[in-house]
Amino acid sequence: MQLKKILPLAAIAALLPGLALAQEAEAVADAMEAVTALNTEMVFIMNSLLFLVGGFLVFFMAAGFCMLETGLVRSKNATMQATKNVALFSLATIAYFIVGFNLMYPGDWVIEGWLGGISPTVLEPVGVELADVDDVEYASIGSDFIFQLMFCAAVASIVSGAVAERIKLWPFLVFVVILTGVIYPIQASWSWGEGFLDEMGFSDFAGSSIVHAAGGWAALAGVLVLGARYGKYGSDGKVTVMPGSNLPLATLGMFILWLGWFGFNGGSQLAMGTISDVADVSRIFANTNTAAAGGAVTALILSTILYKKPDLTMVLNGALAGLVSITAEPLTPGLGAATLIGAVGGVIVVLTIPLLDKFKIDDVVGAIPVHLFAGLWGTMAVPLTNSDANFVTQFVGMAAIGIFMFFASLVVWLILKAVMGIRVSDEDQVTGLDKTEMGMEAYPEFSNR
Amino acid sequence: MKYIIAAIKPFKLEEVREALTSIGVRGMMVTEIKGFGAQSGHTEIYRGAEYAVNFVPKLKLEIGVSDAMADQVVETLQKTARTDKIGDGKIFVLDLAAATRVRTGETGDDAL
Repeated sequence: MQLKKILPLAAIAALLPGLALAQEAEAVADAMEAVTALNTEMVFIMNSLLFLVGGFLVFFMAAGFCMLETGLVRSKNATMQATKNVALFSLATIAYFIVGFNLMYPGDWVIEGWLGGISPTVLEPVGVELADVDDVEYASIGSDFIFQLMFCAAVASIVSGAVAERIKLWPFLVFVVILTGVIYPIQASWSWGEGFLDEMGFSDFAGSSIVHAAGGWAALAGVLVLGARYGKYGSDGKVTVMPGSNLPLATLGMFILWLGWFGFNGGSQLAMGTISDVADVSRIFANTNTAAAGGAVTALILSTILYKKPDLTMVLNGALAGLVSITAEPLTPGLGAATLIGAVGGVIVVLTIPLLDKFKIDDVVGAIPVHLFAGLWGTMAVPLTNSDANFVTQFVGMAAIGIFMFFASLVVWLILKAVMGIRVSDEDQVTGLDKTEMGMEAYPEFSNR
Repeated sequence: MKYIIAAIKPFKLEEVREALTSIGVRGMMVTEIKGFGAQSGHTEIYRGAEYAVNFVPKLKLEIGVSDAMADQVVETLQKTARTDKIGDGKIFVLDLAAATRVRTGETGDDAL
């Protein structure tokens, strides 16, 4: 990085041999100063641009989650699912700005390496100059905030799919506020806020554990406290199939998530001001894409072998599992390794979706197999291609994140259950949450009033 | 007058409509239905869980015809809707008490 900054200065120095000696020294000094300033500005601008482009790509993942979930729930619960997705994103935005962002990136730790302090996010002033920006070697606060916020909201989106079709709206939203304002930021500060996991050398590039498994753990705790949908599991262990209402919509959701993942992983390079950074971002794009393909193809083939016909919903989950798997290390693998890492993610979802049913864990959209199980795999796969990481540290990080996310979420879910009640009554579940909780149907023309 | 109710395989609809029109049937009602007969369903797998499809999609045709035409309509229906495979459907014939054309008020065979 330093060497690269000096190289253009040396070139300019070489272009000025004809000047008188005193003048020459002065001119070279002036030129060097100008180039340094220009280079600093360029790095700052490009880094901020990466965050902004990455940020709006990851923002679109909110739409992806919403479409995927709305397509995989029954039509009588579609309005509720869409409402939850809009509300959770908006609440996450507010919670993250009021406490989350600074809790996740603590200037001053309350407990060194473990717990940051609480303060709202403050942006740089209007029209800020080079000399006055918060971190001139990084990026603008606004771009960093908007980028990191999207990750935080994604954690909440993961939970909403798993608990669909039987959770009450308001207790869910209270959980979202606590999750996005407090639980996730504290956990993420351990790694991305330069806390104790970062100190140990835990490596999770864009968040297989920090974001995806974290959301998966919170979802698992929620599903366990909430119980399965009414009628999902018979007393004899029989599973009642509740098919999704709109598979094209779910497929659109998957493709939107796939698109958003370029920002998710690519933006997590956190820098685009040098040739090597841009080349790395490009590598990450290519690896992210191929891992999704690996997951999708594997799920397509495996579901066909196991069940005689391909299962589209598993192919969708397979692509997403591929993406989650590569998220912990999208930079160091080659295309072949990235495909294989994604492919293992595809195997994981196809095998664990029916497994959850055996344990009567009712995960409506497959959020736990995709985000939790593939996230754990992705975290442990980092040392396969990145020699700076090791399995022991990866395991410690994965376990620390898992224990905290699961139990913190469990406590909040249990309190909400005791105080507000979180489960919609069996009768109302049969009628559908759109009618009973919302009084508004997603597809009113097609139902008997 | 007779009232003919038939359950047929959905893909046969167009063929049946053409055959009935060619013998002079001037209208019918079509409804998408589900039901079971000798075919009695099958199993499918969704996200790894097996489930029974107990009711198979069919189309229900309802046709009002004059007594003179009834036999010919049933025969045509049976011939065109047939695939020789299980699940081809059923045809029922009922007596029809009255018929009225809404636009003109015509009744009986004239209304059909």
